[in-house]
Amino acid sequence: MEKIGVWMTCPMSSYLEEQIDKRFGLFRPWQASSKHDFLRENRNSIRAVVGNTEFGADSELVDSLPNLEIVSTYSVGLDKIDLRKCEERGIRVTNTPDVLTDDVADVAIGLALATMRKICVCDRYVRSGSWKNGNFELTTKFSGKSVGIIGLGRIGSAIAKRAEAFGCPISYNSRSEKSHTNYKYYSNVIDLAQNSQILIVACCLTEETRHIVNREVINALGPKGVIVNIGRGPLIDEPELVSALLEGRLGGAGLDVFENEPVVPKELFGLENVVLLPHVGSDSVETCRAMADLVIRNLEAYFHNKPLLTPVI
Amino acid sequence: MENQEVAAKLLPKVLILEPPGVFTAFETEFSQKFECLRAWESPIPTDEFLDAHARSVEAMLVSGFTPITSSVLHRVPSLRCIVTTSVGLDHMDLQECRRREIAVANAGNVFSEDVADLAVALLIDVLRRITAADRFVRGEIWPIKGEYPLGSKLGGKRVGIVGLGSIGLDVAKRLEAFGCILSYNSRKKKPSVPFPFYSNACELAANCEVLVICCALTEETHHMINYEVLSALGKEGVVVNIARGGIIDEKELVRCLVQGDIAGAGLDVFENEPEVPRELFGLANVVLSPHRAVFTEESFRDAFELILGNFEAFFSNKPLLSPVMDV
Repeated sequence: MEKIGVWMTCPMSSYLEEQIDKRFGLFRPWQASSKHDFLRENRNSIRAVVGNTEFGADSELVDSLPNLEIVSTYSVGLDKIDLRKCEERGIRVTNTPDVLTDDVADVAIGLALATMRKICVCDRYVRSGSWKNGNFELTTKFSGKSVGIIGLGRIGSAIAKRAEAFGCPISYNSRSEKSHTNYKYYSNVIDLAQNSQILIVACCLTEETRHIVNREVINALGPKGVIVNIGRGPLIDEPELVSALLEGRLGGAGLDVFENEPVVPKELFGLENVVLLPHVGSDSVETCRAMADLVIRNLEAYFHNKPLLTPVI
Repeated sequence: MENQEVAAKLLPKVLILEPPGVFTAFETEFSQKFECLRAWESPIPTDEFLDAHARSVEAMLVSGFTPITSSVLHRVPSLRCIVTTSVGLDHMDLQECRRREIAVANAGNVFSEDVADLAVALLIDVLRRITAADRFVRGEIWPIKGEYPLGSKLGGKRVGIVGLGSIGLDVAKRLEAFGCILSYNSRKKKPSVPFPFYSNACELAANCEVLVICCALTEETHHMINYEVLSALGKEGVVVNIARGGIIDEKELVRCLVQGDIAGAGLDVFENEPEVPRELFGLANVVLSPHRAVFTEESFRDAFELILGNFEAFFSNKPLLSPVMDV
C-alpha cells in the first residue's frame, strides 16, 4: 500500500516524527531548501497534517492540500487551525485534551507561587553570592488568597482543585455557569477580577475571547493583584499588561504565553514581580509522550476506518 | 518627653540580643507595649551588657539565628520566659531552659502554610524547570534556541515526607491535589494518617522519587539524609528541604547533584547559612532560596500577633499561647 502522506508543520517531537515516519510517509518541510516548492511538489500526496501551537493548519495550508482528510494537532488549543474551512471541506480534526491537563494546571500554580513568593528573584540572589543573614524582603502569601479563573474547562477545573488545597476560595467566569460546581460564578470578567487577588487565564482563544483581559480588567484586579496566563498570549492585551506592570497598577504576572512568541516584551525583563516561561505548560517528558501517542492513535484510527479518539470535528 | 520615658519604664522589660526580622518589622508597635533592652545597640560586649542591665529581666525575645546557650542563660538569672520567632528550636539549649524552669514559646503553626507553600513551589520549580526557564526567557535565548528542555510531571510521583508535623501535613494536603502519591517517615507512626509509613528515611527514599524534608533538627536527625538515603532515592530523585540544612549531609548532596546521582534539589536552608556551596550555582536542576520560607507579610503579621500574645500572657500570669515546654 502506498504510504499515506503526513505533513508535519514544524519540529515538535522527535518521537512523534519517528513514529509517523514508521507508520506513514512523513514530510518535513523545515528540512527542505524551499518550503514553498516542497509543498507544491508533494501537495497531492498529503492526506494528513500534524500541527502544533506554533504552526497549525491555517487557511493557506488547508487550501494548498487538495487531498487533506485529517488534521491531528499536537496541542489541545485549536486557535491555529482554520476550523471553518476544515468543516466545509469535511476534514476531520483531532487534538490532545486530557493528557496535558495536569501539567498545564501544575504550571499555573507554579507560576502563581513563583510570582508571589519571588522564587526566581530569591534564586538569583543566592547565586549572586551576596546573601547575608538578616537581609530579607517580605513576599506575598499564596495560601488563602482568592483565585478567579477565566474558563472553567478541563484545565480551569484542574487549577481550581489544586488552589483549593491551598485554602484558596475559587470563583470563575465562563461562557455559561457550570451547575456541577460550588465555585462562585461571575458573568463578567471585570467583576471576577474585582473580587479576586489572583486571576488565572485558562480559556481557549477564539474571536470572542481575544483580549478578554484588557485595561479595565487589569485595573479591576489592582495593584495587589497577580495575573497568571497559561492559555494563549492574545487572551491578554499585552501592551496594556506591560504598562500596568511598569506603572504599578498591577501587582505581578506569571506568563507562559505571549502574543508573539517567541518575542517577549523587553520591558518585562527588568521586573522582579513577573515570571516568564517559554510556553512550556505541557512540556514534561511524560506528557509530551502521551500527546504524541494520542496524535498517532488518532491518525491510525482514521486510516483504519475506526472511530477517532479525540475528535473536534 | 519625660512622661513618655516614665511610661516606658513602667512597661514590662523584654531582653533582645539580636533583633529578629519580625521585631524590626513591628518595632514601633512592640515598643509601645514593652520596654526593649536592645543588647545589639550597646557599644559594650554582650556579656557585660547582660551583667549590667539584665539581671532582673524575666522575658527574652530571640530569633532562630541567635544561639541561646547555657552561658547566655547564666547571665540572665531571673529569666522565666523565652519567646522565639522561629518554629525551630535547634538554636536553644532546651535542657538548660528546663533546668532553669524557663518557659519557651515558639511560632507555633503561624508559618506552616507559608513553609508548605514554599516546599510545593520549590518542587514544581525543580520538576518543571520554572526558574531555569525564566532565565532562558530573560536571557533572550528563546528566539534563538526555540525549544526548552522538557521537565518531569508531578502527577504520579511518589513523594516521601520526612517529618509529618504541621508543616508536613500541610505539604501532603497540597501535593495530593497534584496527584502525587504520598508516604512519610516520622518518629512514630500516626494512626490517623491514611498514607504509608516507613520507619526510616532510607526505606522511604527507596520507595519514592521525591523527598520533602519537614522535620526538626535534633541530634537524631542531624545528617539523617546521607549517602545511603540519597542512593536509595536514586538518579530520578529530587530533594526539597525547607527545614534545616543540618538534616542533610550537604557535601554528599552536592556531590550527588554534580555527578548526576540525583535529579535535582530545591533548597531553602543550608548547613552554614549564609554560605551556599558554590558548586550549586552552575546547576540548572537546583533552585536556591535564602531561608525565606516564612518571610511573607502575612506570616510576619501573624507571628507578631502571636509574639505579642505570648508576652502579654506571660506578664499576666496566663498560659503561653504557643508553649514548647511548660514548666
